[in-house]
Amino acid sequence: MAVLTTTARKTPAVTPPSGGRGRGPVRRTPPLVLAFVLIPLLAEALWVFWPALQGFYLALTSWDGVSPPRFVGFGNFQEMVHDEVFRTAAIDTVLWLVLFGGLSAILGLAAALLLQQERRGVGFYRAALFLPVVFSLVATALVWQAIYQPDGVLNQILQGVGLGSLRHAWLADQDTALYAVIVPALWRQIGYVMVLYLAGLKGIDPSLYEAAKMDGAGRWQRFRHVTLPQLRSVNAVVLSVIVIDSLRSFDVVWSLTRGGPYHSSELLSTYMYSTAFQSLRLGYGSALAVVIFVLAFGVICSYLVRAFREAD
Amino acid sequence: MSADSTALKRRRAATAGFHLGAGLLATLWLLPIVLVLVTSLRSFDDVAANGLGSLPHSFTLGNFRQAWVDGGQQRALINSLVVTVPCVLITLALAAMAAFALSRYEMPLRRTLLLLMLGGNLLPPQILLIPVSKLSEIMGIYDTLPALVGVQIGFGVGFYVFVLHGFMRAIPNEIQQAAVVDGAGPWQIFWRIILPLTRPALAALGALAFTWIFNDLLWAITVLRSDTKMPITAALIGLQGQYVSMWNVIAAGSVIAAAPTVAVFLRFQRHFVAGLNLGAVK
Repeated sequence: MAVLTTTARKTPAVTPPSGGRGRGPVRRTPPLVLAFVLIPLLAEALWVFWPALQGFYLALTSWDGVSPPRFVGFGNFQEMVHDEVFRTAAIDTVLWLVLFGGLSAILGLAAALLLQQERRGVGFYRAALFLPVVFSLVATALVWQAIYQPDGVLNQILQGVGLGSLRHAWLADQDTALYAVIVPALWRQIGYVMVLYLAGLKGIDPSLYEAAKMDGAGRWQRFRHVTLPQLRSVNAVVLSVIVIDSLRSFDVVWSLTRGGPYHSSELLSTYMYSTAFQSLRLGYGSALAVVIFVLAFGVICSYLVRAFREAD
Repeated sequence: MSADSTALKRRRAATAGFHLGAGLLATLWLLPIVLVLVTSLRSFDDVAANGLGSLPHSFTLGNFRQAWVDGGQQRALINSLVVTVPCVLITLALAAMAAFALSRYEMPLRRTLLLLMLGGNLLPPQILLIPVSKLSEIMGIYDTLPALVGVQIGFGVGFYVFVLHGFMRAIPNEIQQAAVVDGAGPWQIFWRIILPLTRPALAALGALAFTWIFNDLLWAITVLRSDTKMPITAALIGLQGQYVSMWNVIAAGSVIAAAPTVAVFLRFQRHFVAGLNLGAVK
């Protein structure tokens, strides 16, 4: 809910909507203009809306993809309650949201604060942090897989600095696999969040800082009482981007561990995929997808509400 | 005089500190990339004997040949481009049309339609995977590239409509009215007036869409099955299975897979960053 209230004051309304809007002489929309909307809408209806409805229905069925789906009501959801793997995947997804989401927001903001000032060389530093954003998550995963190997760079470095006892098969150990997968995802996400915050910081009126300085505010106080409040709308955007991205995270886990070992790095998204397309339990897979949808629902709504205000 | 020089000194120290910190950070960030580039140029024997982290003792371009020819990267890259280029063009064309209609004309339900389209793009793809794979089977295009093109367009278009709508809405109405007075129809207004004014946004979204679609894995492995049809991301996972522990070849494959998007990024860097912000802060 906080998301909604903060954005209200973000932009002054460009055109105050008048009460008489659309009530003037009734003009028919030209057919071409209608077609302009309908064609893309139909494309999306075919590939998104219709499948989404089917997805919700399939969640209530048991289906192997060959014989017709059998309606089982909420049976799939009842099964989840006793499904150990589901519990692991749900916990891991929450951990992923908190760690991947939280750290990428904090570190992205920190990087933006460090690199906000236009000065010599700053373009290079920004580009360096941003470069991984354009890599596919699969390529990112393979790069880090080489780093994580038992005889890989990470272990060699640990050995080199005298921490040889920490050497590890990072991806093969149930205790470290999930965290080892989060690091590459962060490496790629921080630059993205940084770019969002850089734009936000640029939008802050410098006179606010001047005024704060006049009043004797220190660095921290200026950050706390000027920067943070001014970044509220960007924070709201970053929050929605992060939650949506976290729940969608699939590629990096799939390429590095496939959710293993023993489901220790399983996310709901990977569990859904393997349930549906490898175990061919399409009904149960759909039910897992519905759980992901429910988790994302709040954020999607707040995003849409914000969009609704702006579309006015 | 002395006060000046101490201030100058302090400023110099602060600058040095900044470059030290930022330089360290940038190095840390670039290190994995350098590692891959170096590994991709080393021979297998060198990597096996000296380890992944050692300085290179060999130089070869053979890994690229191996990944490109034997590993099927060439075909995969072609598949990727055959999917990505039409997807970007068609998606942006459709999105520009819808955004034009929704932002420049009064029509019933236009705000609802806009949000409906955006909402579709915000759905977690997982809810669509099973029905989409079945749908493409019913349509007889399962395991063909057109299925991938179709779903990428359908799923992506809503987002671009929303962003372009915000952009087109800001164009002053007088321009359009003047054209109407001159007898221009909707098509002329779209093609001659609004679209040229939207070029910066289209460039930004084009750069963004290219990397997103090119880098996708999930949709590809949902509607495709044959190895020969897979785009480069899925082929890279195949390469990982085919050349287990041959890090030199896998590294070369990663470089090939990343090269096109890096090229787009370096060429359109400003558009790219602008695109990310258009999408988010708008």
